[in-house]
Amino acid sequence: MTVQPSWYLVLSALLFTIGVAGVLIRRNAIVVFMCVELMLNAVNLSFIAFSKLNGDLNGQVLSFFVMVVAAAEVVVGLGILVAIFRKRSSTSVDDVNLLKG
Amino acid sequence: MSLAHTTVVVLAATPAQRAELITFVILAPVSVLTALGMVLNRHAVYSALLLVVNFFCLAAFYVLLQAQFLAVVQVIVYAGAIMVLFLFVLMLLGVSNEDVLKETIRGQRPAAAVLVVLLLAGVVWAIFAKPFSGPGADLVRVANGDNVRAIGQLLFTRYVFAFEATGLLLVVAAVGALVLGKRRRP
Repeated sequence: MTVQPSWYLVLSALLFTIGVAGVLIRRNAIVVFMCVELMLNAVNLSFIAFSKLNGDLNGQVLSFFVMVVAAAEVVVGLGILVAIFRKRSSTSVDDVNLLKG
Repeated sequence: MSLAHTTVVVLAATPAQRAELITFVILAPVSVLTALGMVLNRHAVYSALLLVVNFFCLAAFYVLLQAQFLAVVQVIVYAGAIMVLFLFVLMLLGVSNEDVLKETIRGQRPAAAVLVVLLLAGVVWAIFAKPFSGPGADLVRVANGDNVRAIGQLLFTRYVFAFEATGLLLVVAAVGALVLGKRRRP
């Protein structure tokens, strides 16, 4: 019995769904952000597993780009969070409801 | 499958495959449990620390999948820079505000659970519906024994436009964070 790349795909699906559950359940915006990071990482894992499966390095390059974009996203997102916290003294996603109809 | 049978099968593989199997069997539950702990823990700092452990597990998986460069990048960028940024913001905003347990939308959590299970079932079904089996290729041979050089060559030939665009994106993100973080003078 050896480790098959499809095992990594299943693991990646599991991690992704845990991240989705966190985004749906948690109310603290910072933790929601961490869950988004977890989802991005799960997708990276499946990119790299597919790269191994197909013997093609393009998947690894794409995964690298995902990391760069994730870094930029975290910087801007946390900046927005700090700005919101200054205005409202709260990081709960329920308190940001100006657009609520 | 009995334990003895499993042991025999494990011993039948080459040493590298055996090491990969053992590492995977240990680290896969660790990564899933730390992810679950991150979602379920009420203290945001513990969530962040569990996420760091999860990122290290993923870096180990990248090594097993012969993506050595990305494993190093994962540790430096994610476990290093991004998580430090998260913890920094947590400290800045105060660690005492714990999550409210009250549901703001009624029935949100059961609905979320159902949707998540459906999503997982769908993705796993998709994985096993397609023939994604097989041991995969030897990426060391594909990369001529040098993963970093091969990825660098791809980045600066085929993906050079995307590479430059991400450079621009990083500059915009840095300037955006500066603008967002600046206090307006009264």
